[in-house]
Parts: sequence; C-alpha cells; structure tokens
Amino acid sequence: MEEKMLTVYEQMQSRGYSRRDFLRFCSWMGALIGVEATGLARVVHALETKPRVPVVWFHFQECTCCSESFIRSSHPIVADILLDKISLDYTETLQAAAGKQAEEALHATMKKYKGEYLMLCEGSVPTEADGVYCCIAGRTALDIVKEAAEGAKAIVAWGSCASNGCIQGAKPNPTGATPIHKIVTGKPIINVPGCPPIGEVMAGTIVHLLAFDRIPQLDGLGRPKAFYSRRVHDTCYRRPNYDAGLFVESFDDENAKRGYCLYKVGCRGPVTYNACGVMRWNNGVSYPIQSGHGCIGCSEANFWDNGPFYQHLASFPGFGIETTADKIGVAVGAATLAGMAAHAISTNIRKRHEIKKDQNEQDKKGGA
Amino acid sequence: MANRIVVDPITRIEGHLRIEVEIKDGKIVDAYSSGTMVRGFELILKGRDPRDAWAFTERACGVCTTVHALASVRAVEDALKIKIPPNAELIRNLMFCAQYLQDHVVHFYHLHALDWVDVVSALKADPKKTSEIAQSISNWPNSSPGYFSDLQKRLKTFVDSGQLGIFANGYWGHAAYKLPNEVNLLGVAHYLEALEWQKEIVKVHTIFGGKNPHPNYLVGGVPCSINIEESNAINAERLAMVGRLFEEAKEFVEKVYLPDLVAVAGFYKDWGGIGGGLSNYMAYGDLPVNGYADVAQFKFPRGIILNRDLSTVHPIDGSDAEQIQEFISHSWYTYSDGDEKGKHPWAGETNLNYTGPKPPYDYLNVDQKYSWLKTPRWKGMPMEVGPLSRLLVAYASGREEVKEVVNGALAALNVPVGALFSTLGRTAARGLETKLIALWAKEFYDQLLTNIRNGDTRTANMEKWEPATWPKEAKGVGLTEAPRGALAHWIVVKDQKIDNYQLVVPSTWNASPRDPQGQRSAYEASLIDTPVKDPEQPLEILRTIHSFDPCLACAVHVYDEKGTYVHQLQTF
Repeated sequence: MEEKMLTVYEQMQSRGYSRRDFLRFCSWMGALIGVEATGLARVVHALETKPRVPVVWFHFQECTCCSESFIRSSHPIVADILLDKISLDYTETLQAAAGKQAEEALHATMKKYKGEYLMLCEGSVPTEADGVYCCIAGRTALDIVKEAAEGAKAIVAWGSCASNGCIQGAKPNPTGATPIHKIVTGKPIINVPGCPPIGEVMAGTIVHLLAFDRIPQLDGLGRPKAFYSRRVHDTCYRRPNYDAGLFVESFDDENAKRGYCLYKVGCRGPVTYNACGVMRWNNGVSYPIQSGHGCIGCSEANFWDNGPFYQHLASFPGFGIETTADKIGVAVGAATLAGMAAHAISTNIRKRHEIKKDQNEQDKKGGA
Repeated sequence: MANRIVVDPITRIEGHLRIEVEIKDGKIVDAYSSGTMVRGFELILKGRDPRDAWAFTERACGVCTTVHALASVRAVEDALKIKIPPNAELIRNLMFCAQYLQDHVVHFYHLHALDWVDVVSALKADPKKTSEIAQSISNWPNSSPGYFSDLQKRLKTFVDSGQLGIFANGYWGHAAYKLPNEVNLLGVAHYLEALEWQKEIVKVHTIFGGKNPHPNYLVGGVPCSINIEESNAINAERLAMVGRLFEEAKEFVEKVYLPDLVAVAGFYKDWGGIGGGLSNYMAYGDLPVNGYADVAQFKFPRGIILNRDLSTVHPIDGSDAEQIQEFISHSWYTYSDGDEKGKHPWAGETNLNYTGPKPPYDYLNVDQKYSWLKTPRWKGMPMEVGPLSRLLVAYASGREEVKEVVNGALAALNVPVGALFSTLGRTAARGLETKLIALWAKEFYDQLLTNIRNGDTRTANMEKWEPATWPKEAKGVGLTEAPRGALAHWIVVKDQKIDNYQLVVPSTWNASPRDPQGQRSAYEASLIDTPVKDPEQPLEILRTIHSFDPCLACAVHVYDEKGTYVHQLQTF
C-alpha cells in the first residue's frame, strides 16, 4: 500500500478532535515536558507538520508493567495519540499479527525506515550463556537488540529493567541481565527508569521526541531532566512533617493515621529522583507516600539491593529543598548504587570531586 | 506427512511464548509450548527480608500486578502466624476485584478480540445497522449511527494511510472470521472505549496502594491507614471515589463487555467444541469473607475436578509433599537426583541448563528439553487453571450465584453444558466471573464502610513485625487466584531471612512442556485436533492459546534449595 504519512494533527482531525482539543493536548504535553509558554508554539507547529514516526517496541526480560503503565497515560487523548499518532509497527503486547507476520512487520519497518525509526525497549538483556535466557523467534535478545539499534534514530529504555537491570539484575543476577545502554553504543539512549515509570512520563518522553525531533535534556544517568531532577523527598507533601520531626513509627499507628513522614519506616524518598511527588500516579490520584507506604526507590539503579525496604536510611542532613540533581551532579544516582553509602554521599554532597571519584569506582565495578 | 509450523512470538500476551505444532490434513496432531525467557526470581529472593518479598515477587508480572504481592504476604503471614484485621482483608479483596475487572476487560478487547473481530472488514459495515445491533443488545449510550459512522471514517483514514501500526499484517480477511461487518465495527468501537476505560478502575489500586501498576502491599495488613477526619488517610472522599469507580466498572461490564461477549460468541458456537484439552480443573479459590483461614467462606471455592465429573470436588493441600510437584524432564534444568522425579516446592532445586539448539534456530528439539517452564502436577496429573476452572469448581460446589450466571449464559447461547470445556468456554467463563466480581466488590465495599461506621479502622496487625518476635524457622504457603488461575508461593524463613522461596504460577500449570509420562499440559492438549485452515496464517492457534490469557514472565523462574546455586552453562 502506498505510504502517506499523516501528521499528528491530521491524525487527530481524522479522529474527530477539534483544533481546540489539539491545542489543549499540546499545552498539556508542553507543561509535562517542561516547555515554557513561549516555546509552546514550537510544540504546536511540530505536531502539526511532522509525519507519524515509525516505532518498534521490544520486550526482553521484563514483566510488561511499563506497557501497562503507558496505556494508563491519563490525558484523555494520550492513548490515542501514542497508539495511532506514532506508527507502532511492532509490539508484542498489542499487535494483531503473531509469529512470522509479526517478525515481517518488524523487519519491514527496520528496512524501510532505516535511520528514522524509534526503538523502545522494555526489559533487560541477558548476556550470560550467549544470551539463551531470552529468545524471540529463535533469536537471542542480545542479537535482536544489536540489529535493531543499528538503524534506530534513537532508543528509549523504558523502566528500570532497560535502564539499570532492575530485579533480574539484583544480586546475584543469575542471567547476566544488562541494561540497554551497556549493550548499545553510538546511539542516543534515553533512560526512563521506574518500576514502572509514571505513564505520563513515558508519554511526555515520546512527545518530546516527536515534537522537537531531538532527545530531551538528560542528566548524567541519561534520564530526562524534566522528570528526574528532583528527589521525591523534596517534592513530597509530607516533607514539612520530616522537617518538624513528625514521623510514623509503625504502620497504622496514630501518626500514620495523621499522615506523618514515613522516613523511619524506610521511605527512600530522600535518595530517589522521580516525579511521583509532583505528577503523582494514575491521573494524579495518589502516590506511594500519600497512600501510607514509603517510597521503595524504584527508579534508582540497584534499588533492590539498597538494604531491606523497611530499614530506614542512615540519617542524613537535608540538602535544602532548592537542591536539584543538577547541583548535586549525578552523585546521588551513584549513591544508591552503593546502597547504604547514601549517608556518606549526602555528607559529602558538596565535594564534587570526591563524589565523582565514587561514581567512577562504581562504574569500574560495573554497578549499574 | 505432518507439517511443522512455528508461532514465535505469540503476541498479545504477557511474556515470551513459542508454539510449535504439527499439522496433518488441516488439523493439529501434535503441539509443543515453550517459554523462551528466564529471569531467576527465586534465587534473587534468597537471603532477603521476608517482609520485602511481596515487592520482589510482584514484579513477576505487571499485567496481573498485585496477585504475586498478595500470594507473598499471605505466605509470610502463614509462616509467622499473623492474622490480619478485617479491614485489611476487605481492602485486599477490593484490590483483587479491581485487578480482575481491569485485566479481564483488557484481555477480552486488547489481547483476544482481534482473534474474532476483523478490523478491516469493519470498513464495509453499515453504521446504521451497527447502531441497531448495539441498541438491541445494550443501553450503553455510545450507540448512535453517527457515533459509528464517525468511527468508521477515522478507521478508513487510518487504513488508507498505509501505516497500520498495531494492526499491520493481521490475518484480516481470513476465512475463520465469521462476524458480520457491523459487529466487527462494534468490536472496534469498544476496543477503543475499553482502552480509555481501563485506566479508571485501576485507581482503586492507586488509592489503597499508591500506584498502578505495582501498588504497595504490607505483611500484616495494608499500608494505608483509615482516618475519616484526616485528609492524609483513607477518608470519605477516597472511599467515595472507590465506590464510584466500582459502580462505573460494573456498568461497563454489564453494558459493554458481557453483551459483546454474548454477541461475538453467538457467531462462534463451533468453538464450543474445539480446544477442550485437559479434563482436570483446579482452583485454589479466593475472596475471603470471614478471613483467609476460613476457606469454606471464600467467594471462589477451592478444589479440583477430575475427568470433568462435576459431582465431586476433591480437596487440595498445598503443604502435602505428595500433591503438588514440579517436573523438569522437558525443561532446561537439572535435578541433583535425576531429572525424572518430581519435587514439592518446599524441596525444590534448580540448575539452569540450556540444552536447546544454538540460536538462531528454526525448531526446538521437542523430544528433549524445550522450555524454561517446569511442569507442575497434582498427584501426577495435569491440571487446567484459570477462569473456567474457578467457575467449574464453584459450580460443582453448588454455589448458587455461580450456577445462575453459568446456566443463564448457556441458555442465552443455546449450547449444552459440554460447550464449557472448550476455547469458547474459557473465554465465556472469564466474562461471567467478571460479572460476579463486579457484584461482590460492592459487598466488600459496603462491609468496609460498615466496619468504619462501627468504629473499626484498623488496617494492619504489627504485633509480629519485628524479626525478633519470629521463630527461628518457619514455613508458609500463600494461595490465591490470579486472573489467569491458581497461584501459590511457598516460603521457608530461617534466622529472619528467606531461606527458600518458590512460586508455582498459573501459566506454569497451563503452558508447561510435557511430563516424564509424556502427558501434555493444558496448552498443548487443547491444541490437538484444532482445525487450521491456512498454516501460513495460524489464527486458530491464537484463538485457543489466547483463551488461556497467557502470562509467561511469571511462569519462568528459578530457585535454589540450599543456597548452593549451580550455574551450569551449556557451552557450544
């Protein structure tokens, strides 16, 4: 069939959305990805004129929570936009075709749109035993990821699995689970960690790529700054309780019923960079802390090995609410690699050279 | 001469599944099911804090999120003899119900419907007739001719663009698609509506567990506190939202899902005679109304049906070493005392030992080992698990409300009881239990409000929270029903740490390779005799496999008995 790539705007029109709907979508997305009001015109223009981008979505060692989170994107038309406005040519979770026909669709896109398609990866890639711990259509994930990356314009590593190995990469990492950025080199890779990431964060990342035709600003760990530059602790509505020394001592105690700070029952908010406190989950309904459970740090590398979840972090001085990941450098991301070394890092927080040294050591150990 | 065909990847499922079948004279004569991905969960759990296990195991699956967390906290509570407060049980039940409502609807529309609904033929539908059909089966408001004609126009633009995205390369126009164009258009409309709807009901998880997928659980109860005088706890606003979400879900199930199910099933009654497979059905049961210990009061009863004999329900004991065992004669593992004998999960061991063909490969060596799934058996017998098993066990246990919906559906479709044992029966059972769950959720919700009104706001029992209060060694089992079937976790706690942890999950029962006796598990058995019109387009295989709602990520796992993990690698 002759190809006629429609723009996002044309697609929306064809789906019966008005220009007002479209502009509302653009401003919502603009707000989401941290675009100033003055930059909105560019979002609008880009989405009006850019053709649908071919996208292939892979599943390796994962649990599909990222796909599930993605379809929870709360803006009324996000699911439509992202299922129909990008051309999702390969996705094991949703596509109609199976087996041979699915593989043909994948290879047709990789060939026809070489250098143009977006490659989205959910899951880590096992590297032990020559990669036999994950095979699709008779080929190893390792093989597939290398081949597909070759012609990809950019790669998005969804969730903690693809960004840092997540649970199968936890000790002792029996299958050699490896994040995408340790396998593919020479391509722009965006890490969108979280178990899963917030649906709107996933949507926002895609829209950024569509609207600006370039990758969003990333921090030292390859994460979009728009969503991963602040600690959950600094954006937590229970933060004043922490500052006032009001803590939950035990689940469902009187302090829990008053919604005090969960730091003493293990909250990882102080060492976790994510947008949960700002955006919250499932259309802003709540987030873990609001529902009474501490943050388990699911967007940080090696969070599974960062001590038992209910053991509180070693005490640390506040960084000050204004401190962002930028100011701290990439240090705290590295800190959680080191597990309970968070304490040491936080006290050294302004000594950047030491922090960098620590991070380099982590890298040498192959932490993430 | 039989013709071997391979479907890999099986799409519209969770995880990595490969099916190889042999076809002779247009029918499947043999079938092999293989899980092709492994992560190593149980090994990773060893030595961890038992109170953390729910978070680890929950990550077994993000589609049926919550169910592993529930099995896990129950296993730990069983080991440590913790009794949770009534409100915690009710909140867990509400989260269970929300999970089923979302998961079953998504399965029907987004994972299964395209096996029955021809998207492209919907372009030829008369929107007026679609509207008439829609209004004749339901009073769901989105049913005007204009609604369907708009949708059709959008669909046309989409198809004309040439970028078919997720619909690319589907088996459109296949002779096995039987729906009139108008019903296909209805199906497409509800595919899109369901995609919008599904993100609502999961907000129940967000309210009680902070997020979805993967909400938070707690050993001893639930992590959220109830305080109707506080904005930072479960209060009247939060409860009102939960109530509304369940009401809307019930409406969607009754006005969209079930009418569609009956309408579609009416055109595929022949599938009531295809895909039956095994004749044994097992359910652990769930939804306690009087605490987890009172199994007799579960909404879904526990038991086993053998040989499709609905007159007897056999009991199950998860801690009996002779009942549930896992075999590896066709799985890529080794046992220290030989690969032919089964092991109870408390005595299990695993050494990864890949002996399959070197990738890239065309066919698996199915005479040898061919899957990362182990093969569980109950007293040596294969069991089917899932919605059909739950309903059959409930039906055979004489549960009136279950009998009523099952008999009602059989009458509406004018098919005999025997039609239940089929591909269609499985798909119908999933819808019927969704209807029941929507009703039961309201009962649990009302009970929760009554408790709070009566002054009981407890949500957690923290008496045995501190490891110092635990025995030196303890064993526990946590049983539940995942949407896909019977799920259990076994834990051994020693010196305040996890000494052994095992999951035996629904898709392991259904999707496993054959056992040492050569007995097939449910997927393989159900494919035998299935007609395949065009081996190049194996739509019929997808129908039967999807009727089980495969979920492979959690079906594959490894564990280690004594901490001496042996990582044996095949060198090529």
